[in-house]
Amino acid sequence: MSFSLKLEKRLEESRLIAFLVPVGSLLLALVFGAVLLQAVGANPWRTYSAMVEGAFGTPAQWAQGDFYALTETLVKATPLMICGLAVSIAFRMLFWNIGAEGQLVMGGFAAGAVALWLPDMAPWLPRWVFLPLMALAGILAGAAWGIIPGLLKAYVRVNEIITTLMLNYIAILWLQHLYYGPWKDPKGFGFPGTAQFEPFTWLPRLFGRVHLGLVFAILAAIFIWLVLSRTRWGYEIRLIGENPVAARYAGINIARNIVLVMFLSGGLAGLSGMAEVAGISHRLQHGLAVGYGFTAIIVAWLARLNPWGVVLVAFLLAALLVGGDQIQITMGLPAAMASVLQGAILFCMLGGNILTRYRLRVVRGMPAKAAQAAQEG
Amino acid sequence: MDVALFISILTITIRAGTSLLYATVGEILTERSGILNLGVEGMMIMGAVSAFAAAFHTGSVWMGVVTAIVVGGMLALIHAFLTITLRADQVVSGLALTIFGSGLASFLGQRLGPEGQPLVGQVGPRFEKIALPVLSDIPLFGDAVFRQDVLVYGMYLLVPLAWFILYKTRPGLHLRAVGESPHTADAMGVNVPGLRYFYTILGGMLVGLGGAHLSLAYTPGWTENLTSGRGWIAIALVIFATWDPARAVIGALLFGGVNAIQFRLQAAGTTIPAAFLNMLPYAFTIIVLVLITWWEAFRKRIGAPAALGIPYMREEVT
Repeated sequence: MSFSLKLEKRLEESRLIAFLVPVGSLLLALVFGAVLLQAVGANPWRTYSAMVEGAFGTPAQWAQGDFYALTETLVKATPLMICGLAVSIAFRMLFWNIGAEGQLVMGGFAAGAVALWLPDMAPWLPRWVFLPLMALAGILAGAAWGIIPGLLKAYVRVNEIITTLMLNYIAILWLQHLYYGPWKDPKGFGFPGTAQFEPFTWLPRLFGRVHLGLVFAILAAIFIWLVLSRTRWGYEIRLIGENPVAARYAGINIARNIVLVMFLSGGLAGLSGMAEVAGISHRLQHGLAVGYGFTAIIVAWLARLNPWGVVLVAFLLAALLVGGDQIQITMGLPAAMASVLQGAILFCMLGGNILTRYRLRVVRGMPAKAAQAAQEG
Repeated sequence: MDVALFISILTITIRAGTSLLYATVGEILTERSGILNLGVEGMMIMGAVSAFAAAFHTGSVWMGVVTAIVVGGMLALIHAFLTITLRADQVVSGLALTIFGSGLASFLGQRLGPEGQPLVGQVGPRFEKIALPVLSDIPLFGDAVFRQDVLVYGMYLLVPLAWFILYKTRPGLHLRAVGESPHTADAMGVNVPGLRYFYTILGGMLVGLGGAHLSLAYTPGWTENLTSGRGWIAIALVIFATWDPARAVIGALLFGGVNAIQFRLQAAGTTIPAAFLNMLPYAFTIIVLVLITWWEAFRKRIGAPAALGIPYMREEVT
């Protein structure tokens, strides 16, 4: 029997479906992951429970006051939150900033440059100015890296997806060049990385390895939420994203907004790079560019570009990443399982989203006849 | 410049350009139908890992090629289903495909070696160079152009064929119509969703084949991040080529040339740090893209298919 799928527009968006789609997407992605795990000869159930325990810990550990797993998840959630906010504000106006990874790296590079060289160059500076200076350097470097594609898009109409992406590779290679080459620690036994920063340039830690960057993330979420919902600028950004033609007729300067938004977006990503080097690694080394900027794209999209949604989704995807690392350590399974699951969740969400706006009907019989019947009816 | 150096640079240029050109022509066909598939990087890296894994276990490079084509097509089918049937956002779906493909390729690369071991570092079958009789004896460029692997020769056939079909045949006219004005095409009796499915999958197959050329001929074997952004460069080349397979050749040669110069300088022991040489293709992509965008705007031409990225709904006439 032949049949075809037909989409009918709903009169209003279904709230029930809007809730069911993310949940269903997660479940469907887990089922896909289970099939994949089974295919490579791993036990899906044991793998998933190891991931959950790796990301959140076990009640037995909590009883002993051991919250290591949970704090590690928060450590990874921090850059995901900041970068997720960074890309979501750009996505709001349909500027596809795929370059958060490179902007993060440049932020880390600039903050690292301040921490490595300024104490020797300006020993008279009071110690408390270093962290704010590093944050400022990180923000400006990330913003500069974001503004390049912004300017190119605004004034030459160059496709920003390609430029932001290419700048990622350049930033990563630049940082590698520094810590493998001229900035390599001479006392590092050949280990690729710079010397450790002075302790007064380290971000204070809150608990475990969780550092002040988490506070930056929450403040950034409040800031983005305020900008979007309470300011004229936020209104312009939303209008450009929803209807660029109307925005132009309303006299909104789209080119200027692109540049400003990319300053903010790149600046935030740069700040997260600063937080990573000043809060976690305390030196420039391999492991700064581990894909937070790319995962942030998924975070932003799953959160439907809502700042508070970003905070929540970043935490959940961080749990997935930490769980992925855990199965690599304890079960010898590739940590890439986490990114496979992320991709699968995003696919399911994308497919499911349509159901909030349309009703899916299975039409039996000849499609042509059905179309005719629909027209007559 | 001495002849030997010229020949060696041209040889590497063509070899490096081949995988790019497969991917570029594939994406041109997809985008001509109005579907933007940003999953090229993901499909290409999956093509590369699956081609090498299949060739490694069966001992046949051709099994590798077939596997890569099937895998590329299947990944493109996901994108087609999401964007054509379910009308999902094409940009996000393509990005998801790249993230998914890169993750899956890394996962499989660590498990598909002998007895569940990683594939990294394994030596498998590869395409050998074959010198075409007579043609490879042409002075100067004969040796570089006609002493290559079979997939390079396949590319020599594919590009003129794609160009001919696109511009000189009825199916090509339908393809262009679907990308430029789907409502008109629909009224002409062309099956818009059907053609979009067909060319999205065909494009994915070609991208997968480009990946196979990487892991079976250009740099035989599997390493993490083998494609290292080539899929994205291919998308930039589509814009550079203004959606014309013939012009894509120039772009692929340019980028292959950058690769070749990078290779030669490294081999010659230059004092330029390796990182800067490795940046060349990416910086070059940005520069080329800026120049071509500026030039096309100057000439007031819009190269992109008019309906690119817009879902087609028969009920909603725009």
